[in-house]
Amino acid sequence: MKGRNEIAQALAASGYIADADLATAISLMQLLRRPLLLEGEAGVGKTEVAKALANVHATKLIRLQCYEGLDQSSALYEWNYQRQLLAIQAHRGTDSIEDQIFSEKYLLERPLLAAIRRAQAPVLLIDEIDRADDEFEAFLLELLSDFQVSIPELGTIPAITIPHVVLTSNGTRELSDALRRRCLYHYVDYPDVDREARIILARIAGASPSLSLQIARMVEGVRKEELRKVPGVAETLDWAAALVGLDIRDLHDAPETVHETLICLLKTHEDRSRVTPEVTQRLLGRVA
Amino acid sequence: MSCCGSSPEFDDLNEVSRLVSARLAAFLRTLRDAGFRVGLAEGQDAAALMAAGYAARPGLLRAAFKHLFSARKSDWDKFDGLFDAFWLGKRVRSRSRTMGSTQGANSPSLKGMQEARVEQGGAQSAFDQVPTSNDAPDGHGGEGRMEGASRAENLAEVDFRKLADPDQVAQAHEAAAHLAKIMRTRLTRRDLARRRGYRLDLRRTIHRNISHGGVPISLVKRQRKDKPLRLIVLLDASGSMSMYTAVFLRFIHGVLDEFFEAEAFLFHTRLAYVSDALKEKDAGRALDRLSIMAQGAGGGTRIGESLQSFNRWHAARVIHSRSCVMIVSDGYETGDAELLGREMAALHRRCRRIVWLNPMMAWKDYAPEAKGIKAALPHVDLYAPANTLNSLRALEPYLAKL
Repeated sequence: MKGRNEIAQALAASGYIADADLATAISLMQLLRRPLLLEGEAGVGKTEVAKALANVHATKLIRLQCYEGLDQSSALYEWNYQRQLLAIQAHRGTDSIEDQIFSEKYLLERPLLAAIRRAQAPVLLIDEIDRADDEFEAFLLELLSDFQVSIPELGTIPAITIPHVVLTSNGTRELSDALRRRCLYHYVDYPDVDREARIILARIAGASPSLSLQIARMVEGVRKEELRKVPGVAETLDWAAALVGLDIRDLHDAPETVHETLICLLKTHEDRSRVTPEVTQRLLGRVA
Repeated sequence: MSCCGSSPEFDDLNEVSRLVSARLAAFLRTLRDAGFRVGLAEGQDAAALMAAGYAARPGLLRAAFKHLFSARKSDWDKFDGLFDAFWLGKRVRSRSRTMGSTQGANSPSLKGMQEARVEQGGAQSAFDQVPTSNDAPDGHGGEGRMEGASRAENLAEVDFRKLADPDQVAQAHEAAAHLAKIMRTRLTRRDLARRRGYRLDLRRTIHRNISHGGVPISLVKRQRKDKPLRLIVLLDASGSMSMYTAVFLRFIHGVLDEFFEAEAFLFHTRLAYVSDALKEKDAGRALDRLSIMAQGAGGGTRIGESLQSFNRWHAARVIHSRSCVMIVSDGYETGDAELLGREMAALHRRCRRIVWLNPMMAWKDYAPEAKGIKAALPHVDLYAPANTLNSLRALEPYLAKL
């Protein structure tokens, strides 16, 4: 088991700046072999955790994006009906065809089955679990606690390796206690100025420490405005990339450009009209 | 930290581990008492962590336990306080759940209200304060206790007495429960479309007919899936609504009792989240708890600010695409009416329907002239009276179509 400092360093090396709490959560995840449930506002970087984790372990990231109506056949496995029908046509009159068509050869792996059948444990990201239905959540319970699946025609398939499971939730639906209990929980908040500056520095080539800090402070100010859609870390990075691309080294040098490029942060017409040039000027005034 | 690490007084390791186990068990009990859902598996993992060396480092142990035992944001927020209180003997400040105001449960108004309630004998709720037909035969008996009732005196004579009768109240409760049952089982428009468009489940049909060479002899139909509608009730508990509050508390408890997915909030000059109180199985106790909040400051109504709090702090969590927000209010806004309009617009974008129930609509000559209700109405899908049992029943066909 790696210590939390080592984990934080390894995550930082792959571009994710984690706080001590998150590093602890990941070290516990490995120690206790429990899935990690990350909850928080959209855009705070929950999905990025899984990507960085896959980098750290030098393993594959298998992502299951949840949505309303997601069912077992899209998430776990499906039979390749076309091939099965072709095989039936080709072997018409053969007695044993039924045994053959329900074999591995005709099985289509979906993300969950793929995740437990890899030789090297992958990172399984079950993204936005709150979008899936209750039934799917219940189905997931079995997989997450026993790491095996039952396929009626083939029997029980146990996991070859136990994946590192990361679940994310935006909190749009209350998850069941049963699911929560099986997971370690971590609440991901917007990063503080210092951490956001370090994120910019790590991810945007060409961003200087002073510009990164200015951008982080500016974004913090924007988040405190009454907005419909509060900008997340991804938006901050977009904005930082835009500013660096426009060769801006200090926000105070080009207040007009700063205001114009705020479209990277503000994603609704209402928010855009709320942050007027005067507001931008006021926010810039607070950025040292 | 009294439990963690090896104590010099105990040479016998078994004795130490026994003490640690006992202390850990006590901590788990404390967590359960505080509403954490902690099972045996978590307890075992906690013990494993302590044995793995976490016990020697309190800061790390706290972080580890926090991830292990928390299951939701509310747990996450209160864990550190509980941990410190238990293991480090620090005092924990209790926090109010009232949002959008610096005043909490200890605010003078609420405190005074609670004290007053104790003086009344503790068990008496707002509902109990509704005069019965015996002590107010002419219907005016309760006026002395109703703050801000002047504007609504006429209305009190119309329907207040009716619902003060225990039988009528019971009927209201039943009507609410019946409504809830119907609403819950209704399909949403999307489900109806899905039913019409994809009656046959092709994938499963092919699967089932593989053994017939793919000839679809046995057909599989798509199963209809009932999806519960989520209901969010925002009840105005201000002075001008005080005569109705008690009755609506009954109504809402009846509705939420049947609803799988429902949340309730009360507002007057600020917003209070009351779903927890409604989860009380015992209706009497639930109403007791609610009534404390329902009485509120009894003064003005800041609907706009309350909605702002709701949109900012709760909406993302409680509203989804099949949500109906039911606002029960007379729309007398003592705050900023423009703000109310803006917040209603924001709310309307999020949810499927906004139903505004206004008890005053049944008034003769009533017109929605107040600034608040005027600002809100453009964003309301259904504006209906709700002052009698029949008016509640009349809502049924509309709500059933949601």
